[in-house]
Amino acid sequence: MEAVLFLIIIGVIVAGGFLAAFIWAVRNGQYDDDYSPSVRMLFDNKKQSEPEKEISESNNNNLKP
Amino acid sequence: MVKPCVHCGADCGSSPVVWEGKDFCCHGCKTVYQILNENQLGEYYQIQPMSGIRIDSGQPLKRFAFLDIEEIAHKLIDFKDGNISKIKFFIPAIHCASCIWLLEHLDTLHPGISYSTVNFPRKEVQITFKNDQITLRQLAELLTAIHYTPEITLDQLENKKISKANRNLLLKIGVASFSFMNIMMYSFPEYLPGGDLLEERFKNIFGWLSFILILPVVFFSANDYYLSAYKGLKHKIISIDLPITLGILALFFYSSYVVFSGRGIGYMDSLAGLLFFLLIGKWYQGKTYEALSFERDYKSYFPVAVTVMKDGEEEIIPIRDLKKGDRILIRNQELIPADATLVKGKGSIDYSFVTGEAMPVSKKINDFIYAGGRQAGSSIELVVEKAVEQSYLTQLWNQSNVKSESETLNNHINNISQYFTSAVLLIAFSASAYWATIDIKIAVYVFSSVLIIACPCALALTVPFTFGSTMRAFGRRGFYIKNTDVVEQLYRTTTIVFDKTGTITLNRKVEVGFQGEQLKDLETDLISNMVRHSSHPLSAALNDFLPEAEENFPENYEEIPGMGITGTVTGHRVTLGSEQFVTGIITDAPMKESRVYISIDGQQRGYYTFMNSYRKGLTELISDLKKKYKLHLISGDNDAEAGNLRELFGHESQLHFQQSPVEKKQYIQQLKKNKEKVLMIGDGLNDAGALSESQTGISIAENVFSFSPACDAILEASRFNRLGKFIAFTRSSFKVIRVSFFISLFYNIIGLSFAVTGKLSPLIAAILMPVSSITVVAFVTFSIGWLAHRKLRFDNE
Repeated sequence: MEAVLFLIIIGVIVAGGFLAAFIWAVRNGQYDDDYSPSVRMLFDNKKQSEPEKEISESNNNNLKP
Repeated sequence: MVKPCVHCGADCGSSPVVWEGKDFCCHGCKTVYQILNENQLGEYYQIQPMSGIRIDSGQPLKRFAFLDIEEIAHKLIDFKDGNISKIKFFIPAIHCASCIWLLEHLDTLHPGISYSTVNFPRKEVQITFKNDQITLRQLAELLTAIHYTPEITLDQLENKKISKANRNLLLKIGVASFSFMNIMMYSFPEYLPGGDLLEERFKNIFGWLSFILILPVVFFSANDYYLSAYKGLKHKIISIDLPITLGILALFFYSSYVVFSGRGIGYMDSLAGLLFFLLIGKWYQGKTYEALSFERDYKSYFPVAVTVMKDGEEEIIPIRDLKKGDRILIRNQELIPADATLVKGKGSIDYSFVTGEAMPVSKKINDFIYAGGRQAGSSIELVVEKAVEQSYLTQLWNQSNVKSESETLNNHINNISQYFTSAVLLIAFSASAYWATIDIKIAVYVFSSVLIIACPCALALTVPFTFGSTMRAFGRRGFYIKNTDVVEQLYRTTTIVFDKTGTITLNRKVEVGFQGEQLKDLETDLISNMVRHSSHPLSAALNDFLPEAEENFPENYEEIPGMGITGTVTGHRVTLGSEQFVTGIITDAPMKESRVYISIDGQQRGYYTFMNSYRKGLTELISDLKKKYKLHLISGDNDAEAGNLRELFGHESQLHFQQSPVEKKQYIQQLKKNKEKVLMIGDGLNDAGALSESQTGISIAENVFSFSPACDAILEASRFNRLGKFIAFTRSSFKVIRVSFFISLFYNIIGLSFAVTGKLSPLIAAILMPVSSITVVAFVTFSIGWLAHRKLRFDNE
């Protein structure tokens, strides 16, 4: 019966992981807009570049005289 | 054959604008198509064909010069770091997948734009751009060039709102569902045959695990219910949240007692499940239309900046800095932001939105002009008399119009919950009193069992799901309500008050008729050539009405203010204007409508009449509503149409004309004193006070995303004739609620019969509670969906 105990602990940890992921997703604003992403993924991604990368790039540009 | 415009899908008419073999309805649409084509953004038209936005050529282009002012730009920009800025624009025109695609490919149109993201429900686009390559003003102008005009108002400038209330509820639901699923697993062995054989050790572990998992549910997910029950008690109201709170606490304390005494896990699974369902109900009810605003005041209507003349030079200043004595320049279609005196130019002020007067008012030099009107015609200059906040109308709109809390709390469901709560407490006490004579332990158990099983979960879910479904059914059909309380207010309505201008009549649209001998085409061409040069509103209306004529410039053209125009076109002398001006006769009899008399080559030919045009289906709507409600009409306009309206509304209705915004508000107050439940429907700022004073204020809008005064509901103008059906539908909603109450009462009686006999087991609770909730939810959502399909089916759908 020790196996049951072991499984239960694993079960709580896994479910807790999903809860944490959910909380992160809500805080991150992923539930704020439930329409645009569904449309966006259908567009041909020609040149939309990574947002973060662009910021850091242009920041570097600023540092140069 | 109808040729749709490649850009916007509107009918191109007989003479389309053609470019590269494609038809367009106007030059505006063609220009946008050209811009997109040059930048290889043609895919816009493939995602959703003909999805472009049309801007009528009559509308003047919005000016964004004020965005060059550092102070304003600073307030609008969300984030600025060195060369990078982020800004959010509200763009009411966003409506489809193509819009998202185009607005997220703005970087193709201008290298200064790094990237852009659309939030569709909010109709917002967030743009990150490089300051050295594009200014804020250029950005706004770029968006306007492709017909996605951003809306920038004083309101946005002053208070940036970010609502995050919805996230909190989602978190609560997430936590409740996590605990519910896990506790259910631990409870499961108890429900199986042989569950008693489970080792004592496991029972203990399961009990303690459940206790730990229930804590976040009781102390985080459920806290809104405690707060609301407490608030209700403070106002001496037993709200539905009180029995819920009692149930939650009884479940929690009894189950904790079971866990601590090492006898299992009690009703923990039912408790978590109960809250999970209740919160789902709350979420369903709480749907909001994020892009709509029900709380607007004059600040969302006023411009952000105004042009001031300083030493003969134009300068743009933020409206906040406008002082008494400043000389301001107001161009065609611009708004007058403060009470002022006219010093230069000819004023023709359109107050239709502010006072309800249908026709623009002429103003001479030195006339005093109230804030809020729009200039129609050439530019004028004014000297400001009062600061913006102190202007007559702004002060009026500023009057606080908060509905008292008790008024909203005291609704149908809470009335029922008063009886319900007292009945439950009575049963709990009498049952435990009976058992106390036998065994005090059983008495305590029975008392808590009754509170547990009577927890009105199904009852509490009925209203959110019924009203939530009703709200969605309305929203899909062009009637947007602020929250679910409005459904109940609509149901209770006894009196309906209408505004005239813009509500039952169409703004900026008049019906032109002609009295006299039929004019020849050649003669109407002469008139058309005359009115083209006059900025008078009646001339403009006539110009729109008459067929387009070959252009011939009139000679000896003369416009006499307040009288009419005269001139010679292709050798014919044409005179148009007032009766006195054209015929020389002065009649004192009050006129039913505005008239323009015509004389050609000295011969009187008759007169054109101008009447407000009523909304489609008005007659049917009024005759339908007349049977069930008391109808009133309060108009800020003159009584020129009183005869027509009297016929329409019938003799029992009350019609009032030339009512100021204050009088309108007082009128509603008077009706409320007579215990009437008032529904007010209006459109302009002049109705703002009355709308907020009435129990249900509905504002009617051609475009629901553009400005509308603070209200409880927004109705799409095209659905105006369906108003009666929407109100009638709330009666169906209440029927559904009543049936659903009986269903949940039935479950409660079954549960109580177990509880009072001391036989309630966790298994029975675990089955009965979810089953009752699910039946009720399924019943109400399907009935409302079916009823809405049957009763709200409109011909054009």
